[in-house]
Amino acid sequence: MKSRSLLLTGAHRLAILAYVVFALFPLFWLLKVSVTPNDLLYSEGVRMWPSRMTFEHFNFVIAHSAFPTFFKNSLIVSGATAVVVTVLASLSGYALSRFSFRAKYWIVALMLITQMFPLVMLVAPIFKMLSPLGLTNSLTGLVIVYSAFNVPFATFLMQSFFDGIPKDLEEAAMIDGATQFIAFRQIILPLTLPGIAATLGFVFTAAWSELLFALMLISGNDAATFPVGLLTFVSKFSVDFGQMMAAGVLALIPACLFFLLIQRYLVQGLTAGAVKG
Amino acid sequence: MASIDIESVRKSYGPVSVLHGVDLAIKDGEFIVLVGPSGCGKSTLLRMIAGLEEVTGGEIRISGNRVNDLAPKDRDIAMVFQSYALYPHMSVADNMSYSLRLRKTAKDKIASAVSSAATKLGLDPLLERRPKALSGGQRQRVAMGRAIVRQPKAFLFDEPLSNLDARLREQMRAEIKKLHADLKATSIYVTHDQIEAMTLADRIVAMHGGVVQQVGTPLELYDTPANLFVAGFIGSPGMNFLEGRYVKTGEGAGVRLSDGTVVPVAPRAGLAPETTVTLGIRPEHVVIAKDGMLEATVDLVEPTGFGIILHLSLHGLPFKIFTLDRDALSAGPTVRVDFPQKHLHVFDETGSRAD
Repeated sequence: MKSRSLLLTGAHRLAILAYVVFALFPLFWLLKVSVTPNDLLYSEGVRMWPSRMTFEHFNFVIAHSAFPTFFKNSLIVSGATAVVVTVLASLSGYALSRFSFRAKYWIVALMLITQMFPLVMLVAPIFKMLSPLGLTNSLTGLVIVYSAFNVPFATFLMQSFFDGIPKDLEEAAMIDGATQFIAFRQIILPLTLPGIAATLGFVFTAAWSELLFALMLISGNDAATFPVGLLTFVSKFSVDFGQMMAAGVLALIPACLFFLLIQRYLVQGLTAGAVKG
Repeated sequence: MASIDIESVRKSYGPVSVLHGVDLAIKDGEFIVLVGPSGCGKSTLLRMIAGLEEVTGGEIRISGNRVNDLAPKDRDIAMVFQSYALYPHMSVADNMSYSLRLRKTAKDKIASAVSSAATKLGLDPLLERRPKALSGGQRQRVAMGRAIVRQPKAFLFDEPLSNLDARLREQMRAEIKKLHADLKATSIYVTHDQIEAMTLADRIVAMHGGVVQQVGTPLELYDTPANLFVAGFIGSPGMNFLEGRYVKTGEGAGVRLSDGTVVPVAPRAGLAPETTVTLGIRPEHVVIAKDGMLEATVDLVEPTGFGIILHLSLHGLPFKIFTLDRDALSAGPTVRVDFPQKHLHVFDETGSRAD
């Protein structure tokens, strides 16, 4: 019996390990190529690590390319989108979770429908709408578009977190003397921090890696985000893989930092002990 | 402290009506227990008093003021939830002081209110803990502490002991009773447990199907149940019922059972002869006697330690006896039983008590 459970645990760990290796290998490859000198890239064949390392790609990307601007733009767009979407989704998710109102069903259905179209179909109409408003080639325009596309899913995500919080809690708060809004802010919202962190993280990464709209709505380097910037390494005749990968590695850093910041809330189940369960 | 008046209060969810006009006058300092099976509307009524449910019709007054359209926070009532509903991200002390902090009470006043409530409930050593670090009974106490620090006009309890084990429930029941004797606060307590209802209440309100069946002291409900529902609901094991017809006999009246036996009862003025009636008798009032007038088959003997419950079949219907006599352990296969006249209840065709 004991050896059997040991075997199962071992198999379980092995499966997880295999998955982790599979999932992280592209990242490793990114790192590997980014430190491989150009002259070794095609001459050494497939090796796990180059015989000689260099940081010249990083140096070039930081010092001699427009990447710092791209990073800044990406940070602004992703951060703003994440905040705007999370605030909107918290409010609308709470409303969907707690209130019954006319046309609730239709609003939910409409929100679902927005998620059903391939984005490519919508690029042209959106460009047509934003152009007279002066929102093409602007970060604000990107934030608006990203927010619009992320709010429905984020709302459903937040709604499910609110659904998990017992209604008794805000009723108790309301009897204790709080308005519904104060109960929401002081009791419900702190308990939804894991959900808020998940939503922030989800929206931030979605906006961080979005390419299609950024490519279509932005022209020129001033308002380009990092995924668009990556394409500058692809020229007509060659791809500068070393610099591209170095930029990619750098682009991972903000996303990693962001998740480090919110991971405490992601893994924490704050509602434990609220009600008998 | 306050009186609470409920006048023809109705509640419906769309076309579904759950309360059909409830009238109740609760005196200042009274302990009222709303009791009834699930879905009888007792919790809905409580939540309407709290302001958590809208009132469809009728009027609720606290201290004489109409509160129908008042938000819960403006009604100055406290409520203890079945789930306790403690704020998980706050310490015990913060849970208890939350209402006072919302009212911007002075810090020293909050501290003294919390500490006096904590002392009353034995929560002093737990004040810094989070709810998840407490046992069920402790959480229950915190929920009560949260209610009493405010000194509200009235306390509402929504099945507060349902989540506790039997022993703890008994203990908390006694504590609630003591607390009420101490604070003399108007209290409305919802439960489906009739022992809680009997032991705690000044008056019990028995509800069924959204209608108040009877309002009275616990013993009134026990001794003179107004109808078949109350008779069957109050008391454990429940009252026995036998179908029969009301008849006049030479010197008085009786109920003729299906086998022709006539059980003598005191004459009931409102009953015409030959009307169908239900005869009721509590298990503890049935007497086992060698020359008893009815014979019943013993199906099951249940010793509870305190007494013995005999499950019988009488005319093919289940029938129970509760006795303290240990001889009953060896009863069987049949026993003869007698029904003392003063303990017999008669209910007419509509199920109402006939006196």
